[in-house]
Parts: sequence; C-alpha cells; structure tokens
Amino acid sequence: MSAAGEREGMVRRLSHLDRRIIYLIVLICAAVPLVIGARVELSVGPPVRSLYDAVDSLPPGSYVYLAADYDPGSLPELYPMNVAFVEHLFSKDVKIIAASLWAPGPPLSQRVFDDIAPRYGKTYGEDYVNLGFKEGREAVMVSVAENLKGTFPEDYFGTPCGEIPMLDGINSLRDVSMIVNVSAGYPGIKEWVQQIATRFDIPVGGGVTAVSGPEMYPYIQSGQLVGLLAGMKGAGEYEQLLEKPGLGLAGMASQSSVHVAVIVFIGLANLFYFLDRRKGR
Amino acid sequence: MRPLTIAAGAASGGLDGHVLGTWVAAALTLAIFSFLYKDNPVYKLAEHIFIGVSAGYVVCLEYWNVFVPNLWNPLVSGGEFILVVPFALGLLLFTRFSPRAAWLSRWAIAAMVGSYAGFAVIGALQGDLIAQVRAAMIPVYSADAAASLGAAAGGNDYVFALLAVLQNPLTIIGLVTTLFYFFFSREHRGGLGMASRVGIWFLMISFGASFGYTVMSRVSLLIGRLHFLLSDWLGVIR
Repeated sequence: MSAAGEREGMVRRLSHLDRRIIYLIVLICAAVPLVIGARVELSVGPPVRSLYDAVDSLPPGSYVYLAADYDPGSLPELYPMNVAFVEHLFSKDVKIIAASLWAPGPPLSQRVFDDIAPRYGKTYGEDYVNLGFKEGREAVMVSVAENLKGTFPEDYFGTPCGEIPMLDGINSLRDVSMIVNVSAGYPGIKEWVQQIATRFDIPVGGGVTAVSGPEMYPYIQSGQLVGLLAGMKGAGEYEQLLEKPGLGLAGMASQSSVHVAVIVFIGLANLFYFLDRRKGR
Repeated sequence: MRPLTIAAGAASGGLDGHVLGTWVAAALTLAIFSFLYKDNPVYKLAEHIFIGVSAGYVVCLEYWNVFVPNLWNPLVSGGEFILVVPFALGLLLFTRFSPRAAWLSRWAIAAMVGSYAGFAVIGALQGDLIAQVRAAMIPVYSADAAASLGAAAGGNDYVFALLAVLQNPLTIIGLVTTLFYFFFSREHRGGLGMASRVGIWFLMISFGASFGYTVMSRVSLLIGRLHFLLSDWLGVIR
C-alpha cells in the first residue's frame, strides 16, 4: 500500500474510532491524577474571592442561614462547598442555622456538621442547628424570612425550636447576617435571590453546580449575589483560599486532564472532518 | 477527609453496615458504568433499583416530613381545622385515577398553579426584570476599574483588572447587539444586520461557555464516582 493510502486508511480508522476507546481515555485521564495525588494551583476569580471576603468579614457570634438545597446527585460538586463553608463559618465563630428545601439535603448537612463540629469544639443547639427539610419551595423561603420558628417548629431531630438555645431572639431571616446557599437547581440560589435578597435586603451568596454557573453570573454583576462558586473549580478555589484542601482541589487535576483530552478530541474530530471533506472534492 | 459514601449503616457508624453499604454502592456504580460498554441486564437491574429506591425514599420522606408534621398533627392534635381545606384539595388530586371524576383535580391544580405563578411573577419582576435592567445601566468607562488596572501588580491581578476595564463596554455592546438580533420587526440588513451578526457572536460565546460548564459538571460527577471507588472502596487513595 502506498504512503498516501496508508495515511488515508489511518485517518478513516481514527475518524470512525470506537466511542468506548474515547470513554477509556477519559477514564484514564480522570483516574490517574487522583491515584498519583496530582495538584494544580488555581487562580481565584473575583466571584469566589468576594464570597470568601464576605464570609470572612462576619463578626463572631453572628448568624448565617445555610440553605443546603442539593442531593447526592450533585455531591461531587456541592459537598466540598458545603464542607468549605462550614469550616470557614466555624473558624470565624459564626453560628449556623442549616435547613433545606430539597428532601435529601438535611442528612448531607448533618454529615458535614458531624465531621467538622468536633474539630472546632462546636455544640449542636448552641453553635449550629439543622432545621431539616420543608416542602413548599418559594413559599417556604418567604415564610422563613418572616417567621423562622413558625416555618420550622421543630429541628431535624424533632426538638421544638423554642427549646434550642441558639435560636433565642432569632425570629426571622432579618436576624441573620447572610444566607449561604448550596444549590443544585430549583428551588435554589436563583429563587433565594429573587424572593429574598432583593425583597428583604439580606445578602445572599453560595455555590452552584457548574451547569447552573453561567445563569447565575448576571446576579453578581447586579450586586444581588455577594459571590458565587461554580462547580468543582469554585469549590477548589474556596478551599485554596481557606487553605484546607478537600475534594474540590483534589479533583481539579483530573478535571484539567480530562479537559485537555476533550480539547484534543475536538481538534482531531475537526481535522478528520476537513480531511474527509477535502477527499470528497 | 471522611468518605463521601451515602450508604446504609454509615450514619449509624456501624462498621459492618458501612462496609456493606460501600460494597453495594461500588457494585451499583460499576453496574451503571457497564452501560458505557453496551446495554446489558446488570445495568438495567441497577437502573430499576435506583428508580424503585428513589421513589420509595421520596414517598416515605414526604409522608414523615411533610404530611404528618404540616397537616396531620396540626389538624388532629392541634385542632387547626382550617387545614381541612388543603387536605381536601390534596385528596382531590387522587381523582385523576378515575376518568369520570378527574375534572375535580383541576381545583387543586388551579390552587397550586395560581399560588406558584404569583410567587414567580413577584420574583421575576423584583429579582430579574427591575434589578437586571438597573444593573445594565452602566457607564461605558469605569474610572474605578481603570484605577485598579493602573495599580495591578501583574500576572493574574493584571488580567482580572484588565477584564474589569473591558467588562462595561463588552456588556453594553453584547446587550445591545443581542437585543438587535431578537428584533424581528425589520429585515436584518445594513446596520441592523451587522449589529445582529455581532449579537450572534455574543450568543455563540455564551452558548460555548454554558456548554463548557456543562462538560465540567459532568466530568465532576465522574471524578466523584472515581474518588469513591478509589478511596472508599479500594483504598488506593487517601
């Protein structure tokens, strides 16, 4: 076979590459950096920096409403954010009121508290509380903004909110300094902005899955969000600022290597497309 | 870092339950991944287990977290008889099982649609329309951003400062030209055609950014599962 024929055959084989080989390459690109513990240095963007600064400037003893509106389906992106927020808030001695508008949210919040609270010597009911899940979406947001204990008469464990010491004097979201939302979709950060940030003038910031990121950036420019983490990269940037590496930073080397593979695949696919087209002429 | 396993028994701290849960989760993960090779009965089994468990979990959770504390207890123990109204509306939803009585469910659906439409309209007006229009009224030249650029030390700081200077003009050009693209009362020729073509470029860039973020999100899910398999299950990474 001539050299031109061999080249043409190779191009044809590559342009009809079995998709399972592509899956395998992506799998290797994602797994190897995890196994060897590769790390990448992230450049922290302004949306992450501004959220970090806003949380960092909260005075000790102030309250934050941590809305854990996510589920295990978005765990890899949002759980590291939840961990980073709780680490940061506990390190600043800020009291956390956690609640969720997503049914699977409260056990995830509790898991974060169980992991982190002992390290900071925080006590349930005095330094943090988990109010659990409440159905009702935007209606619950508005309701909790006006009457916290009426909306959540009991916490996640069935304790009446009137018997929880840290909730003395906390009657509505007007009594908290900030709402931090970990949001996987609807209801989530967009609804917190629409229903609460603008109407009740309470600062809102938080983290979203990367898919939702572009939709939320206009709220930063308008000042309706104090800051935003988008996807695993956002979580990694926050962990870097916090100097507490977690899954966000650990996953970014894998993320980058897969991105390089995807870019190479796109480049090759376009190359083969144009070679095929030229041959057709 | 504590394992990310959301597995049976893990919450109780029982070692056996945790190990069993990890193995079950790992087996189900691999069963789902097997679809990448080709469709097969093991994948179908995992898919059916997922759907069944999810449905059962949601029903139990809604019953104990919503129906009992929000309706049943206040109605039966608390004497809040006004709750008979939402209870009756809720029951009407079940009339959809009977074609002759299905029309009654429209009352409950009307109440839900009406209330949520009200919330959505308020949110869209206050949170989106007014706030976003106000945020779009910006000067082309930002003196603060220019001052930050002058003070930037270099490297990433300089890049971010430069982007901040370009942000306002780009936002204005993108907003106006994209609006022109969606202006259909005149044929897109001449100046309008040129502006709408620039608008298409802005739209394409935003679609590209959205797609890039979507890829990142999906890769994150893969990394999360791999992290679980390699750390919690196999113990290859710590």
